[in-house]
Amino acid sequence: MAKPIITVENLFAQYGDTLVLKDVNLTVNKGEILVIMGGSGSGKSTLLNHMLGLKTPTSGTIMIDDVDVFTAKNRELRNLRKKMGVAFQGGALLSSLTVANNVKLPLEQNTSLDKQTIDIMVRMKLELMNMAGTGHLMPTELSGGMLKRAGLARAVVMDPKLLFFDEPSAGLDPTTAVELDELILTLRDAMNMTIVVVTHELESVFKIADRVVVLFAGEVVANGSVDEIKNSPDERVQNMINRKPNTHRDDGEVYFNRLLDKGGN
Amino acid sequence: MVYLFKSVTKLGEAARQHIDNLGLATLFLLRIVSSLFTGLVSFKQVIKQIYFIGNRSLVVIIVAALFTGMVVALQFYDTLVRFGSVDLLGSAVALSLIKELGPVMTALMLIARVGSATCSEIGIMRNEQQFDALDCMAINSYRYVMLPRLLAALICVPILTGVFDLVGIGGGYIVGIYIQGGSPGAYIQGVMDTISFKDVLVGQIKSLVFGLLIMWIPLFYGFYLHLNQKNMGAEGVSNGTTQAVVMSAIIMLFSDYIISSLAL
Repeated sequence: MAKPIITVENLFAQYGDTLVLKDVNLTVNKGEILVIMGGSGSGKSTLLNHMLGLKTPTSGTIMIDDVDVFTAKNRELRNLRKKMGVAFQGGALLSSLTVANNVKLPLEQNTSLDKQTIDIMVRMKLELMNMAGTGHLMPTELSGGMLKRAGLARAVVMDPKLLFFDEPSAGLDPTTAVELDELILTLRDAMNMTIVVVTHELESVFKIADRVVVLFAGEVVANGSVDEIKNSPDERVQNMINRKPNTHRDDGEVYFNRLLDKGGN
Repeated sequence: MVYLFKSVTKLGEAARQHIDNLGLATLFLLRIVSSLFTGLVSFKQVIKQIYFIGNRSLVVIIVAALFTGMVVALQFYDTLVRFGSVDLLGSAVALSLIKELGPVMTALMLIARVGSATCSEIGIMRNEQQFDALDCMAINSYRYVMLPRLLAALICVPILTGVFDLVGIGGGYIVGIYIQGGSPGAYIQGVMDTISFKDVLVGQIKSLVFGLLIMWIPLFYGFYLHLNQKNMGAEGVSNGTTQAVVMSAIIMLFSDYIISSLAL
């Protein structure tokens, strides 16, 4: 079996006194779409931030493409990040730049390509995201869905091997959410990307996932294919899938501690 | 006794917090300065910031300088006329503007206009994960966002201070000559005779230091907004901006006293 492109081992993280990730272990194989699923406050965005090297854990390791994200030197981390794309929940476009200038930013800063080539690449990516003709707009002029797609265009402009999505369909109308799901599948199939998606949208999970990791109160409670997750004997997973309220004591405790601590993700 | 113990603990906590912040702010500045050596600074970004700080503040500085010069001349004239020394008006206006009022007033105007805008912009960027996005794109935020702003402030503030001094002296001339009926020759001669190279140098050193403070403190407050979760969101940005403006003004005035006492 091929070596996983991402390996998370024994990851613990805490905000203040509250443990938000408890001994998280998972792997992501090359070319697959892994969905990290969980309710609000389950720690999925925290896990994503750790994978991106934006947060330092209490203990544990994350290896991406043979680089330890937490101990890597700046240069190593920069080189790794050039192979990664991240589509943030709200797009995270630089508010002072137009859409086109946002999308071309990674190319301008990280490559020595000439202006003409960069412009062509930007136009292609915007067309791929169904955003043709919007390059001159400022981020404040875009709708929520357009912001996400522009953010995605920027994330894929360097043709990364690895793509991370934070809540791609959150806050979108059903049609736009379905379009975005289709786009994720296209990126995997056409560009052979490995994709990690953090979401709690069940329709999206079952449509795009090759494998699903379910987080509950900072713990991995299920890890498997969509069918395996659907048939999971774990009550918490079934409650999530069947949209039933969760009465599990630990979850409430962690969630309310987090609210009190104001360290929620 | 318990109350006293609690008060001392609280005081100690606050002091420790301030020392922590000072250390963090110093490291922040060192990171910005060291980013100068990690690659080319975006010339386009520096020009954009010069336009924002310099060009867009010019009218405000000119208006403020004109009225400051006029008020200073009016006050000096009123005093000097009692001693029959109206001929010294040019010297008095020029010296007070170049050594003190020019740098300080320019800095205060820029703290209000540029410092607050910078802190809120950087705070919003932090809130909207724009710095996370830059990190994930392997772009050095210090070099791409902070350094152009700092360089632009270091370029613009001394120039704007020079403009303030000149316009202020002009404002003093209007009041002293056209309104009070003083001698134009004596005014201009007073200005020319009194100002030494050292006076101009001290004024410019002050404006350079103020330029650094005007940009460094708001950048710091905006960039580290997330360290205190209570500071996130719109209210957090507003609180951070207020703190940055107040702190910039206090530290600027404190450093003004230090430089003045060293220069005398």
